[in-house]
Amino acid sequence: MNHSRDQILGTIRRSLRRGALAPEAAAACETRLVTHRRNLIPARARTLPPRGQVELFVTMAEAASATVTRVKDARDVPAAIAGYLTRFNLPSRLVRAPDPALDALPWAEQPLLEIRRGVAEDADLVGVTTCFAAIAETGTLMLHSGAAGPTRNNFLPDTDIVVVRASQVVAAYEDGWDRLREARRGADGALAMPRTVNFITGPSRTADIEQKIELGAHGPRRLHLVVIDDGEAP
Amino acid sequence: MKVTSHAFKTNARHALGDAQLQQAMLNLRSGFAERRAHVVSQLPEWEELRDEAVAIKKHTLANLDFYLEEFEKRVIANGGQVHWCRDAAEANATVLAICRKLGARTVTKGKSMIGEEMGVNDHLEANGITPVETDLGEYIIQIRHEPPSHIIAPAVHLVKEQIAQSFRDTHRDLDPARQLADSRQMCDEARAVLRPRFLAADVGITGANFLIAETGSSIIVTNEGNGDLTQTLPKAHIVLASLEKVVPTFEDAATILRLLARSATGQEFSAYTTVSTGPRRPDDLDGPGEYHVVLLDNGRSALLGGEFEDMLRCIRCAACLNHCPVYQAIGGQSYGWVYPGPMGAVLTPSLLGVEEAGNLPNASTFCGRCEDVCPMKIPLPKMMRHWREREFQRHLPPRAYRLGLAAWAFLARRPALYRLASAWGARMLGYVGRARGRFRALPFAAGWTRTRDLPAPEGRSFMSLWAERNAASGSSK
Repeated sequence: MNHSRDQILGTIRRSLRRGALAPEAAAACETRLVTHRRNLIPARARTLPPRGQVELFVTMAEAASATVTRVKDARDVPAAIAGYLTRFNLPSRLVRAPDPALDALPWAEQPLLEIRRGVAEDADLVGVTTCFAAIAETGTLMLHSGAAGPTRNNFLPDTDIVVVRASQVVAAYEDGWDRLREARRGADGALAMPRTVNFITGPSRTADIEQKIELGAHGPRRLHLVVIDDGEAP
Repeated sequence: MKVTSHAFKTNARHALGDAQLQQAMLNLRSGFAERRAHVVSQLPEWEELRDEAVAIKKHTLANLDFYLEEFEKRVIANGGQVHWCRDAAEANATVLAICRKLGARTVTKGKSMIGEEMGVNDHLEANGITPVETDLGEYIIQIRHEPPSHIIAPAVHLVKEQIAQSFRDTHRDLDPARQLADSRQMCDEARAVLRPRFLAADVGITGANFLIAETGSSIIVTNEGNGDLTQTLPKAHIVLASLEKVVPTFEDAATILRLLARSATGQEFSAYTTVSTGPRRPDDLDGPGEYHVVLLDNGRSALLGGEFEDMLRCIRCAACLNHCPVYQAIGGQSYGWVYPGPMGAVLTPSLLGVEEAGNLPNASTFCGRCEDVCPMKIPLPKMMRHWREREFQRHLPPRAYRLGLAAWAFLARRPALYRLASAWGARMLGYVGRARGRFRALPFAAGWTRTRDLPAPEGRSFMSLWAERNAASGSSK
């Protein structure tokens, strides 16, 4: 394929009527990558105070057909989840991502919940995970793969429950990405990318049959968010 | 796939007489177009975002070799591989080789227009590997053995009764007496049928909406979650992407992402926007063991620097299809290949040649809606005009058409003669048609009068009325 590679690059350069990029032009592109300058970010979320961003996040997530329960303290999360499952007559068996932040919650106070800790399987109907950040602009969750977060846990179960701390809410996608750069700065200062970064906005959906929107195409039929109004600094 | 772009006129005629197709196409107007208009009205920065997106793509295309090499470096650094492929045959051979090495028997697929362009399903099938389309629309057309009719809603040309029948014909192990009356039931059936396929697949193939040079990542934008299951569960993830999908940074992708979902489905943001980088890491609990990017050129590198370069900005949102009166009337399959509507009318002749696809850029009223709604401000009507010019230069249109055009050009370049001829013609037609006020048939004008009457001229040409008006206003001064 090296031959193809050379030929494709050759055609690109011939079409652009030049040889390989001149050093100063290449340096300008290099700089663009290193500085990863932001483009225009809509005012919608950017101009709000943190409190307002949390409110916008909740409003936008609900507009995208997610449901939201708000609690004052992380210790209230298991009760909120049990309450949600009972209210919608959903199974009380759930798979919990192997996430230290979830391990720390008082699950024992909810004896009716049947909990398995680990990677989701086809038979799991309810999944609980945390997220990495939450984007106010469009009510979007940001998650990434890793030892605490198998990607499939947000896709296989019928009901996906995600725990969001208010301090995780940011205005825009770029803010979430900056937090990722910060959290995963490699030895060379560059971003050590996780295998998968998921931006999730509402439950799975399709409109492939006569343009009629149906939730739960292949991924979750329901996306439920438990938002902890922790008010902590990020 | 079989190309029938040359038969566009016949295809379109059939489509216009197809009652089910016409019924299905009505859904398009109330669906995509109205939802788009609503969300665009919610974002005051829309026009500025469009301008920035255009600038990002222009910069990337001007430095495409740099960003592709940079992308490749980062993919390799993250443990993945990039396969450069000049054409569909190379890309198909690459995909097959990866599947064979893993001993793959079934492959799940997320929606990929590049996959359609390659005809990768046919190639895999011919070599004993079963490809399973998992996007609901793609799955429907796969079981019906049809090409897609829309670049984001491949089954938009079908009514639900047709889909229900295909499900009954295909899912033969299910109870024949089951209810399949509405989209909910069909959606649930497809979910139940496809779930075990996701779990059993050896390889997952997706497309890419973006490639990010800075991190060596690919991005897919979906709503169903099928793309994520496709690329997470199997042993290997193969990304099919064309060269022009690359952007420098995540920040650049974010700007275009703000335009994409709004333009495509009229959503604020699609349900799933997923960034994939390399294979699973040592401490990951799931994810594919291999990550391959099949980077397809297929004629695109030759479009750079020419009059069709702007087309490489296209992000495949389908807004131009959804707002095109011609597309709405005839559906996507009439266009005879992978890309229909205005974007197809420009791209198809670019990739297959104007000899095959010359009819497509002619199937436009030049109303300009496509350019108005294009988030990337691609001058689609202008480029369709370029194709018409090239077609004429290559003597491709029929002789009568060329002669007529030549006669018109002869007159148009001689204003005095043109005025004389048109005034005379208008007077003649006006005189002959004075009784009925219109013509049912006219020599040389059958193309018009076959489907509608031609109104008889009032007997005066515009130029003579204009001269009279100017004279009148001059005398009143």
